[in-house]
This record gives sequence, C-alpha cells and structure tokens, in this order.
Amino acid sequence: MAINWFKYSAPTNFYGLAGKLIPFFAWPAAIFFVIGIYIGFFIAPTDATQSEAYRIIFLHVPASILSMFIYLIMAGYAALGLIFKTRLSAMMAQALAPTGALFAFISLWSGALWGKPMWGAWWVWDARLTSELILLFLYLGFIALQASIEDPRRGDRASALLAIVGSVNVPIIYFSVKWWNTLHQGSTIKYSGTSMHIAMQQAMFSILIACWLYAIAVTLARVRCIILEREANTTWVNGLPEVKQSEVRS
Amino acid sequence: MNKLSLIGLFGLVVRRDLLLAMRRRADVLTTLIFFVMVVSLFPLGVGPEMDMLRKMASGVVWVAALLASMLSLPRMFSADHADGTLEQMMLAPQSLSVLVLGKIVAHWMLSGLPLALIAPVLGLQFDMPPQALWILVLALLLGTPVLSMIGAVGAALTLGLRGGGVLVSLLVLPLCIPVLIFGAGAVEAVTSGMSVVSNLSFLGAFMLFALVFTPFVAAQALRISME
Amino acid sequence: MQVQGANGSGKTSLLRTLCGFIRPDEGEIRWRGKRVGDLGEDYHAELLYLGHLNAIKDELNALENLQMSAGMAGYQVTEQQAIAALRRMGLQRREHLPVRVLSQGQRRRVALARLLTSAAHLWILDEPLTALDVGAVGLMQELIGEHLSNGGMTIFTTHQPLQVAGVETRQLTLI
Repeated sequence: MAINWFKYSAPTNFYGLAGKLIPFFAWPAAIFFVIGIYIGFFIAPTDATQSEAYRIIFLHVPASILSMFIYLIMAGYAALGLIFKTRLSAMMAQALAPTGALFAFISLWSGALWGKPMWGAWWVWDARLTSELILLFLYLGFIALQASIEDPRRGDRASALLAIVGSVNVPIIYFSVKWWNTLHQGSTIKYSGTSMHIAMQQAMFSILIACWLYAIAVTLARVRCIILEREANTTWVNGLPEVKQSEVRS
Repeated sequence: MNKLSLIGLFGLVVRRDLLLAMRRRADVLTTLIFFVMVVSLFPLGVGPEMDMLRKMASGVVWVAALLASMLSLPRMFSADHADGTLEQMMLAPQSLSVLVLGKIVAHWMLSGLPLALIAPVLGLQFDMPPQALWILVLALLLGTPVLSMIGAVGAALTLGLRGGGVLVSLLVLPLCIPVLIFGAGAVEAVTSGMSVVSNLSFLGAFMLFALVFTPFVAAQALRISME
Repeated sequence: MQVQGANGSGKTSLLRTLCGFIRPDEGEIRWRGKRVGDLGEDYHAELLYLGHLNAIKDELNALENLQMSAGMAGYQVTEQQAIAALRRMGLQRREHLPVRVLSQGQRRRVALARLLTSAAHLWILDEPLTALDVGAVGLMQELIGEHLSNGGMTIFTTHQPLQVAGVETRQLTLI
C-alpha cells in the first residue's frame, strides 16, 4: 500500500489521478450546497432580532472557516515542499492559494452584506472581519511573490518560506486585532449564540461541507493546470490527448 | 593573521554598513524626511482641529514610521547583492544568521533609531502631552527593531526582483500589524489611563521573538534567493 | 583544474555549485571526503571564491576594501600587509582612492589582491583575467603558481589560455 501512494507523489501520475477524482468531489459539493441553501432559506426560522438578512451567515461562516483552514493546509504543503523538496507539494500550495483568497474575499463581502442591515454601515471594524482582511492580504502577498519570481524553483521555496512565516503570525495577528478591538470598544458581530435553531446548524454545516468539497475539486483542477504549465516541455505532456487536440486545432 | 571571532565578524558587518551609510548620507536623510512629510500630510488631509489630531496622533506617527521603514528595506541587501559582496558574506566562515543580524542592527540604527529620536518633535505637532512623548519614544525603540527584522525577511525573499519596494511592503506590512496595534496602543494608554506596561511588554515580547527567529529565517531566504 | 566550455555551457553554475550556492539535483560535493553541506562554515574557511562581480564597495578605498574582504573571510589583515598586497598588484599610490574612480582593470586588481592575503586552500576563480592587461595576466600566473606550490588547489574558468610553469593543468570541458 505504501508503494501505491508514493507513486502518486510524482506529478505525472498525480495528473491522471486528480482528473479522475474531480467529479467525486464536484458533484457532492453541488448537492450539499443545494441542500444547505434549501434548509437555510426555506426551513430555518426567521431570527427574532435579525430578521431575514441574517441568512447570509450561512455563507459567511463557512467561508471564514475555510479561508483559515486552507491557509494552514497551504502552509503545510509549502513546508513539505521546502523540507522534502517534493515538486508536487509546492504545486499544491500554489493551487490552493487562489481558492483560499476567494473564500477570504467571500467572507469579507458576505460580512459586509450582513453588516449593512445590522449596523447601517457596509463595513465595521469587527475583530473577525479585520483579521479576515489581513488574511486576504497574506494570501495576496503569497500569490504576488510567486508571480514575481520567474524561476519556479526559487518561487516555490520563497513563497513556501513566506507561507510558513505567515502561518506563525496568524495567531499573533488575530490576538492583536482582538485586543485592539476590545480596547476601542468596537462593534462585535455575534452569531446567534449557542442556542441556534437546529435547522440553522444543519444549513451551516451543509454549506461548510459543500465549500470544502468545492475547494478540493477546484484545487485538483488547478493543480492539473499547474502541472501542465510546468512540465510543458516534457514528452508525457505532449503525448496527452487534450494537449494533442489543442495542437491540432491551433 | 588573526582569526576573527563570531562577535568580531558581527561587529565588522555593523561597522561596515555604518561606514558605507556615512559616505552616502542621503539615504538616511531621505527616510527621515519622508517620515516627517507623511506625518504632516495627515493634518492637511483631515483638518487642523486639535481635538481630532490629538486622538489620531499616536496612530499617525506609527503608520508613518511603518511606511518610512518599508521605504528603506530594499536597500538592506540590494547594494551588496549588486556588487557581489553578499555572495562573499554567504561564504564567511561564521554563521550567516549572525551576519544577517549584523546587517539588521545596522539597518535599524540608520532607520528606526533616527525615527524614534525625532518622533517627539512630531508628537508636539499633535499636541501630545509630555508623558505620552516619552512613551512614544520608548515604544518606537522597542517596535522599530521588529520592523527591521521582519523587513529583513521580506527584503531577502524579494532580492533582485522587479517591483522591489512595493512588493516588500505588500509582504511585510500585514506581518507588522501587531507591532502597530501595540505600539500605538501604548501611547494611547497614557492619555486614556489604561495600562501602558502591558502594551510595552507585548512589544518587548515581539522583539525577543523576532530576535530569536528572524536572523535564521532571513538567512534561509537569502540562500533561496541566491541560488 | 581549468574548466572550459562555450558560453552558456554551465561553467559559472558549476563553480557556484562547488561553492555551495546551488544545491545539485543529483550527486554531492565533497571536500576532503566529507560532504560540503555537512561541513558548512568549515568548508567556507578553506575556500576563496572570486566570481564575475568584484565584491568591492565603490564607496570605500582599495585599502578599506581589502581589509573588509579579509575580515569577511574571517581573519584580520594589518595595514602593512594590505598595502604590500596592493603594491604587488600594481596599485601603489592608489590605495587611498575611493574605488569608484579606478578603471575596470584596476578594480579587478583590487579584487584579486585578496588572493595575496588569503590563507584559503581552495581557490575557485570565475574568469579571473577579465579586464586585465598583459602584465596583470602574467602576475596572475605567478600567483597561481605560488599557491599551487604551497599545496593549494585552484579551479578556474577562462577563455584565455593560462599556463602555469611547472604544473600540469587538468582540463574539464563542458558541453
């Protein structure tokens, strides 16, 4: 069994495996998303204090959780790539970054949409939203650094170092922002407390699973593109049916 | 020929950078002038009411210090990289981390230290009370080394890249936010009557933490960039 | 050993890999039987590298540059020793001028003066003869000869032929 797994750590073999796995994640993602939306919008009751607008948290909370989770996974892959010098780990980190940034962005935007009816302002400097904003900056920095370095080997290692430094800093940043927020008596966005209606919990959980599966599917697709890009000059890539087809057409 | 010890080599690196800066005084002065200008921009942007300016004071001075430090970061390694002396440093018979620490110390003495010393003058422009001015200097003395240290990692990672200064700032600014929060917080605590010591001790903790880790990380980043 | 090859064949990369800047994808580099990566700073202590760049600071004068280079390599050089070295390199009366007013050839000589003050066993020189006139080339041949007869080792690349009297040079040609 061990030999089987190592085989897939080579980009050549992983390419095929990833392609086959994508539908297994994409379809369930769509299904869970539909279930979650249905429960969230039609079954969950109207909140006493926050009326209909609160339903945006069904997207906001999963997006936040996932943006942080993906950052850690990305840093983990980056560290693996740096320590064990495996090419695929570095490619996975590169593939995860845009999805993580997207979730951070969705979290911010959905937080703003929630804030407007609640607080009357499009943005409140809530501790969690502010930390989320900083997380988005960290993602963008990672992507920018990789984009600025032409040599893929240096690019992988430099951005890996950045990701590791970032992940060490994330708890420090979160704590500092919380402190700053309490100091200045800023507004706090509270979710409906611990006594959430069971339907709300189900909706949120369902969408969380959906987002997670979506992230996996999209990352697998993206890593396939990255593999093609990086190994563009090798024989195995030029022998692939999709590459041959696009050559014929052009 | 006498062999140089680790401390000796550290001292040599610091002295060298200071000597070079003395022969190119413009670099140090431009950072300082930038700092003063940025601080002066805020009242021009928000209006001269002293009440508002007093509230903004610590934040404004800190943000300006942050930006001014960012400005001088690319210079940490780029000159040495361009003429080949960085390569020689990497071939030194002592730990690269210590040499990098030497460069960081020299950089701080040429950017952070002057900023901290000139800050009280700017604080007066915002009508800060005397105790606040003292705390401002102390907080900057604790916080600017951290900026230089984290900045060193950023400068090492972006060595030789196009878009240098802006890219370094993009990478380093988010990581410096805790320093900003506790630094500005320390000064505000004076006027709001809250605990100054807790803010300052966080700054101190950051500085120690950075001191232990950043030279090594920056040395690794240099090796990655020089390959 | 002389490393030869057309432009772009990887001579500089090979030399830099020997210095430890680049990690080889395959194989390993050993000095006196131990892996260079494990030796770390001990290897650096026995190595002197001169690349395409001179590694001198424009703002300092020749004397200061030489003392700094020596310091960076881990040892102190007195002013007399430094001046004597610069004199041998043909830079008498120019020791106190800032290097930025010297010509390219003179700057290369300042960089090469390090060879005289160094105690390193292994010299790795990447195109050391660039910008040097005939006299300086002859001087280089002398220096390398002396180094070899003292038990040292030299690996260099050059487009000009460089013969050292009485010593057989091994050739390595890269394709």
